[in-house]
Amino acid sequence: MKVLVPTPLRSYTAAGAVEADGATVAEVLADLDRRYPGIRFRMIDEQDRMRPHMRFFVNGEQVFDLARPLRPGDEVQIVQALSGG
Amino acid sequence: MRSTKPRTRTARASRSPHLTLLVATRKGAWLFHGDGARKAWRVDGPHFLGHVINHVVLDPRDGRTLLAAAKTGHLGPTVFRSTDLGRRWKEATRPPAFPKEPEREKGRARAVDHTFFLTPGHAAEPGTWYAGTSPHGLFRSDDGGATWEPVSGLNDDPRYRKWMGGPQDGTPDGPKLHSIVVDPRDPAHLFLGMSSGGVHESRDRGRSWTPLVKGLEVVGGLDPSNIAFHDPHTVRLSPADPDRLWQQNHCGIYRLDQPSDTWERVGRSMPRRVGDIGFPLVLHPRDRDTAWVFPMDGSDVWPRTCVEGRAAAYVTRNGGRTWRRLDGGLPQSQAWWTVKRQAMTGDARDPVGLYLGTTGGELWTSRDEGERWACLARGLPEIYALDVAEPAR
Repeated sequence: MKVLVPTPLRSYTAAGAVEADGATVAEVLADLDRRYPGIRFRMIDEQDRMRPHMRFFVNGEQVFDLARPLRPGDEVQIVQALSGG
Repeated sequence: MRSTKPRTRTARASRSPHLTLLVATRKGAWLFHGDGARKAWRVDGPHFLGHVINHVVLDPRDGRTLLAAAKTGHLGPTVFRSTDLGRRWKEATRPPAFPKEPEREKGRARAVDHTFFLTPGHAAEPGTWYAGTSPHGLFRSDDGGATWEPVSGLNDDPRYRKWMGGPQDGTPDGPKLHSIVVDPRDPAHLFLGMSSGGVHESRDRGRSWTPLVKGLEVVGGLDPSNIAFHDPHTVRLSPADPDRLWQQNHCGIYRLDQPSDTWERVGRSMPRRVGDIGFPLVLHPRDRDTAWVFPMDGSDVWPRTCVEGRAAAYVTRNGGRTWRRLDGGLPQSQAWWTVKRQAMTGDARDPVGLYLGTTGGELWTSRDEGERWACLARGLPEIYALDVAEPAR
């Protein structure tokens, strides 16, 4: 499925939209890490928590649980809540 | 004077006469390449523009490998590595990270917010590096910084878990594990400092640790037997005498001569109106009795600026018995910045060159051991760390 990638992570993907597979948001992030090694740890900490300022949406709806199921055709959006100077 | 061959000067004959200043800032890293006379400097940067870079360190064992501790305001922490002096960088495949905690520990589960301190291991252990993180954690790499493992002997010791800070502790930017020191005579002999967590020593390569806080003061009214109340800002081992440790602490400047286990507050002889509060500490490469500090205003709410807005380093030439002000060329009014714990360093030349980076983004250098200072750069982001290195030819 399509995953939208914010600019701070494009040093990994070299693109603003990439493909990844998975039945949940967590699985999609794991697949992203297989394709672009290191990218997951920049978003998810070692306790499997979303890092502060990282937000995930599915079809425009915010996700608070990485176990959120996905269906074929869903679009995952990764968003950074930019703030401060 | 006792002296021991410092490990950082191995193979010096093959090294370039040039120096490189490694500048880590809140918004990227810069390298300043200097000529042999330390007069002309060529700027190379920014590297990682927009990334928070807490430390950039050159491996003195090969003169060309750089490690940089990085994160951004929004992305998690990582370590970048370059084997060609910063022309190309590659990310660590496994950056410092705590083990995943069992579900029942979720409330206390630690995650690395940023790597704060990097240091190469012993000369006899090429490829070994140590990293200190926030929150407090010690990590080791044995493959040149590509993969990192937690040092469980510290991180998981139940006593240390009690003393280590959480998100509400330590500096405004989180509790730091810093000042990881490797004894040049023994790769298994290590020291480290933890902000609000004390100074500690290991003689078995990190498998077990012992607090080293006797003689240190804590904030008035607190119990010095509680290790968590001890706040070392910088700990350094004398290159000229590895039995001698120096420390800039939240509560003064100290010296310890092993085998003694008791720190002596040598900052009491600083001028009373200046005090002995600060963050950085630089030791002379060949003289065990010479040290430089950069005091700051540690009164009431801790403004952490130059005292009275007048910038000055101080030097002792007699092991801390007396101190002398060094402010030649530094601004003597309206200097409301300070120098962070890793942002002052010295080279190994004769006379020693000193370098300091300010929270206002200025780089200052002295080619005569602090007598005269000159501004090398302005307009950089807030400077977090400064190292000076001798790259290979």
